[in-house]
Amino acid sequence: MKTLAAKRRHPAALFVLLLAALLTMGTAYAFASPRTTAAPSTAAAATDEEAGKAIFLANCASCHGVLAQGGQFAPSLAGVGAASVDFQMGTGRMPMVRPGVQAPREPRLFDQQQINQVGAYIASLAPGPAVPSTEYTEGGGDAARGGEIYRVNCAMCHNASGAGGALTRGKYAPSLRGVEGKHIYEAMLTGPQSMPVFKDTNLSPTDKKDVITFLQEVDKGENPGGYALGNIGPVPEGMFAWTFGIGLMILAAIWLGRKAA
Amino acid sequence: MSTRTTDGLRAGDSRSAATSSSSTKAGAIAGWVDDRTGLAKGARYIMSKVFPDHWSFMLGEVAMYSMIITLITGVFLTFWFVPSAGHVEYNGSYIPLKGVQMSEAYASTLHISFDVRGGLLIRQIHHWGALLFVVAIVCHMFRVFFTGAYRKPREINWLIGTMLAMLALIEGFAGYSLPDDLLSGTGLRAAQGFMLTIPVIGSYFVYFLFGGTFPGEAIIPRLYSVHILLLPAIIVGLFAAHLILVMVHKHTQYPGPGRTNENVVGFRLMPVYTAKAGGFFFIVFGIIALISSLFSINSIWNYGPYDPTAVTAGSQPDWYMGFADGALRLMPGWTEVSFGGFTFTYGILLGSLVLLPLVYVLMGAYPFVEQWITGDQREHHLLERPRNADTRTAIGVAAITAYCVLWFAAGNDIIATHLSLSINDITWFFRILFFVGPLLAFWVTKRICLALQRADREKVLHGRETGEIVRTADGRFYERHEPLDEYTRWHLVTGEPPVALALDSGTDHNGVRRPASKSERRRAKWARFFYKDNIPPVTPAELIAAQHDGHGHEAVAEIESGETTSRH
Ligand code: HEC
Ligand code: HEC
Ligand code: HEM
Repeated sequence: MKTLAAKRRHPAALFVLLLAALLTMGTAYAFASPRTTAAPSTAAAATDEEAGKAIFLANCASCHGVLAQGGQFAPSLAGVGAASVDFQMGTGRMPMVRPGVQAPREPRLFDQQQINQVGAYIASLAPGPAVPSTEYTEGGGDAARGGEIYRVNCAMCHNASGAGGALTRGKYAPSLRGVEGKHIYEAMLTGPQSMPVFKDTNLSPTDKKDVITFLQEVDKGENPGGYALGNIGPVPEGMFAWTFGIGLMILAAIWLGRKAA
Repeated sequence: MSTRTTDGLRAGDSRSAATSSSSTKAGAIAGWVDDRTGLAKGARYIMSKVFPDHWSFMLGEVAMYSMIITLITGVFLTFWFVPSAGHVEYNGSYIPLKGVQMSEAYASTLHISFDVRGGLLIRQIHHWGALLFVVAIVCHMFRVFFTGAYRKPREINWLIGTMLAMLALIEGFAGYSLPDDLLSGTGLRAAQGFMLTIPVIGSYFVYFLFGGTFPGEAIIPRLYSVHILLLPAIIVGLFAAHLILVMVHKHTQYPGPGRTNENVVGFRLMPVYTAKAGGFFFIVFGIIALISSLFSINSIWNYGPYDPTAVTAGSQPDWYMGFADGALRLMPGWTEVSFGGFTFTYGILLGSLVLLPLVYVLMGAYPFVEQWITGDQREHHLLERPRNADTRTAIGVAAITAYCVLWFAAGNDIIATHLSLSINDITWFFRILFFVGPLLAFWVTKRICLALQRADREKVLHGRETGEIVRTADGRFYERHEPLDEYTRWHLVTGEPPVALALDSGTDHNGVRRPASKSERRRAKWARFFYKDNIPPVTPAELIAAQHDGHGHEAVAEIESGETTSRH
């Protein structure tokens, strides 16, 4: 067709071509990217480690490598310990859904038993921090002391009331509202991504327990002052004054002006 | 000689005859006061003042009432607030802070919030009132600016207003720094950083102000004196002057039927305006109280006590300081240079100690600059519609745009987390927008104003387009235009003739070239910039002319010329 040949040289052709290429790539990626391959029934597996390895191979090896040695997209998992696995899988961060600057919290895809199995497998590769005992993760410590520790060590990233905050280049410290005590402990212990590690020599298990108690106190969400506007400080307060506040005043002024004298 | 009794001295004094002859009790008291103070004359003068009615004239009142409300609630807070950095262990009823070491200032603010009956509500009213005070000041300023109300003879009042706006901001910042929570301490720390950037004397200045290094024990009591004594006194004083000048100048009004540069159409202060204004005070109080009881503000217990080693994500100042914070966030890092062992952080100096006063200097200077450009020395009591002063309106919108860019930049972290964007991209976006945005805003606003000007002229001269197509007997088509009713029309007709543009032609009246002075030529250039596109509103004379030269089929109703000329 003559017209088609002519159109091939049209300046927009390049864009159309690019667009088509991007679309196919994107669709292909959606299919290829790791998804919830329904975890194989673990009943047949002899030990937890083997069951964990099976789950790992099916869901994680594409990024972390078949020996968890790490790959182009993901770090080695040797020595990260069961605590890291429990945190990453328990908060739904792993398996990572899409590449990005940071693995976001997602609905979790595996039950606790499967997570423990993968944890056992990773722990068998090299020694690393274990899942903390419930003695320290259920709260019941000193909230006020925990608050002091929290403000010095965590508030600069997570905000004084745990609302979260921005880090550079699209990274962020997430909100800490409604996070399980165990995961808070594990986050401190393993330091996911941009978060520093708080070893037991920095923050003792009791310190961590107090921090958890403090965050649980925050979670109760008691706002003695009324509706809290997200608890993120002066920005929403200013926005509120500029919209709702002055808006009401102007409406009242107009209403009063309309009133016959 | 015998006539020189006390009565004799009063001979011919008509007041003595009327002394306390009022029949009512209130009248009797008023008479008693008047006999001793002579207030009646002044009161009569004030009460017979006439105020025009328009909602935008109430913005200043919102500011006034919010100020009064913050003053009253502030006094309440002083009953319990302890302005001291002395250390105590908290033992009040807020469990999550029990046993924590803190300053007395913070502990007493917690005490007000949790253990004083109604204390939290009063604190919230004080703070919401403070925010709305500054919001209302800014809105009031916009009204004055965009209607040209600051023109002669009201320039001094514009200057007073500018000062009030700046002082309100400083007053707010001082208050925000008092409770000594993590956020307010961070704000103070930032302010101390700004002062350190002053060349040469910076560190000495900080030592002087803080009585040593940061934070020290001196700053809270000092800020307290400034916040509850010094600044409120200056603000109230300036505010009184502001109001007196409004009385002296009389209030401006929008053009409309019967309104001229020489009269004021509206209600007398007594009783109508007073009743309305008094009612409005309670409305403003009610709105602020409502907001304060439903929405928490500055939940200091969430932030914890100030600790120089801690800081919280999302540290922002109250909104009115936001633009300076934003300027600092946008300032690139290379603005810090060091030579000869001295570090010179001029980026921070520019973004804070230079920017803050600069904004107010520019604002204060504007009326005088405009007057110099236009050469307009007339008195103005009729407001200009913003669209009719296209260049001024465009300048205003451009300035607001620049301000808003800085302001939004102060929330770059909140924008990043809430819109899932990269804070670095946002920062670059705002940096570029700071320069491009105002230009764009200027151009767009000007276009809109000019379009509206054209539409107004069209409407006044030819009436409203009805959309009805009429076919004449000889087959021609035209759209029927419906004349505006007279009332509407007067809002669109100018109240005053356009400025006689003092453009220097460069020749004297004999047509001989005369070298214009450099400043004159510069002025003429600016005046051209100011007026070149303006499409002046229809003058009454033009209107009459238009009606007499018979616009054929465009059915413009005749108006009696008597009515029009009576406007002069
Ligand atoms: C799409 C690729 C991808 C998949 C699939 C994936 N991960 Fe990851 N994983 C990453 C990346 C990238 C990181 C490093 C950055 C981060 O922590 O988000 C990571 C980090 C981790 C870490 C933290 C390492 C440390 O240093 O503490 C653990 C543990 C982990 N992954 C476990 C898993 C497990 C278990 C699975 C399977 C259920 C899995 N990952 C699947 C990409 C992936
Ligand atoms: C340098 C900034 C930084 C500091 C300091 C920091 N964190 Fe984090 N934190 C992060 C980042 C970034 C993440 C997100 C990690 C991820 O998504 O894998 C995170 C994640 C977490 C999570 C997981 C939340 C979730 O949504 O599952 C918890 C819990 C947590 N942090 C607690 C703490 C505590 C407690 C402290 C103080 C002892 C602290 N963090 C200090 C940056 C920080
Ligand atoms: C009219 C201008 C005023 C403004 C803009 C203003 C603003 C503020 C602000 C923003 C705060 C922080 C409040 C908080 O969140 O708790 C504050 C605190 C305070 N203000 Fe004012 N204020 C004004 C007038 C006054 C006056 C006149 C007084 C006293 C006579 C006063 C007394 C106090 C006290 C004692 C505090 C600290 C107590 C506390 O924070 O609870 N204020 N002010």
